[in-house]
Amino acid sequence: MAATEAQTVVQDDQAVPVRHPASGSGATWPIFEVFRQERAGQPMQHAGNLTAPDADMAELYAREFYGRRNESIRIWVVPRATVREIVDADLLHPPAVDRSYRIVQGYTVRDKLDQARAHGEEHIPGTPGRKARPPAGPKTAMEIPDDV
Amino acid sequence: MEDADRVAEFTAYVQNGGKVEAGDWLPDEYRLQVLRFVEMHANSELMGVLPEREWINRAPTLKRKLALTAKVQDEVGHAELLYRVAEDLGKSREAMLADLLAGKTKFHNVFHYPTYSWGDVAIIAWLVDAAAIQSQKALLDCSYEPYARTMKKICWEESFHIKHGYDCVVTLASGTEQQRTILQDALNRWWTPLVHFHGPPTDPAKDRDLYWRIKAKANSVLRDEFLDRYVPKILELGLTIPDPTLHFNEESGHWEYAPPDWSQLKAVVTGHGPRSAERLTLRRLSYADTEWVREVVLAGRLAA
Repeated sequence: MAATEAQTVVQDDQAVPVRHPASGSGATWPIFEVFRQERAGQPMQHAGNLTAPDADMAELYAREFYGRRNESIRIWVVPRATVREIVDADLLHPPAVDRSYRIVQGYTVRDKLDQARAHGEEHIPGTPGRKARPPAGPKTAMEIPDDV
Repeated sequence: MEDADRVAEFTAYVQNGGKVEAGDWLPDEYRLQVLRFVEMHANSELMGVLPEREWINRAPTLKRKLALTAKVQDEVGHAELLYRVAEDLGKSREAMLADLLAGKTKFHNVFHYPTYSWGDVAIIAWLVDAAAIQSQKALLDCSYEPYARTMKKICWEESFHIKHGYDCVVTLASGTEQQRTILQDALNRWWTPLVHFHGPPTDPAKDRDLYWRIKAKANSVLRDEFLDRYVPKILELGLTIPDPTLHFNEESGHWEYAPPDWSQLKAVVTGHGPRSAERLTLRRLSYADTEWVREVVLAGRLAA
């Protein structure tokens, strides 16, 4: 049985796991990753992988697995060996250090805004007055907020 | 030598719903358990093709022939996808096929039985696939994520198979006297294998597949789900289920059935079913017959 234990490298005196997507498999043929686009405008999605002796056969198999049922309008077939996985715990699983200054949710102006508006109503004629509270933050990590 | 703390941490992680990917560090027992599970599933998809393939040339209409051919192609595709998942756990495809052909690894009981008429094809395409999809839906939450993702694709593709099977059954059930007879006859023969399908009741405390969250539901739970969903559908077609004790228990909310002979299931899956030897022989012959294809395709394409 091929060894599939993740290897480790020493980084800052600690053994950090290094995961190579190309290594450790029992496969005798090269592995190809398949990406597909389901509908126009959508991003390419990772659909799965397959083994084949070469790129032509990989394309043939990809057509069977991911194109038979009109489920894809675009298909990419990529040798797994060309995929470079970024392994960096500091980047991807950072320790619990507050970096909220880098995201929208890291800023709450509500209370300060109430105070500023109250001041505006009292002291400056013609101020439109307090509006309803600003809407809640965006629902997903990469959503663009409504009020920018 | 595995670090016991690391294994304990991993165990707590998956038992709490955590997912792992190919290439992650896995305890040896976990790796072997998932591998065995997926390998048997892959074997079942590959062997499962054979009972239905026998009827491609004998399908009653062209539309049925096309649908059956498409279904068989899908199943072989599923076998491919599952062998691929198993390979990444460390066993080569060649070793898995060798073990299957040598009778060392198992495949599902239902594929060890003969088919005698189109009625069998209809019952298999509907009820065997329906029994399978109860298990497959429960695997969508498997802790080993590459398998869970593959199950999502497989479940989507299986849903056409069940619809096709149901169409075949309802066509026979609403047809001539002869059609209804062959359908009932097939159900009479397939009932016991269907009740066997999800496996004997197991002690959840000892079930390693549940322990590692490879599967989320015990065998009896899956069988109950299958029967609760499908017994009413079978009965409403005017079919008789060949278990005189079968009845709905108002209190438990489940259909109760005569406990089958579990030793019969064991005999079948260890290669002593009515068609086990014949179908493995067919696989061995076809593997030998296609050696020239592998040689031609691989010639010059790979460095040794």
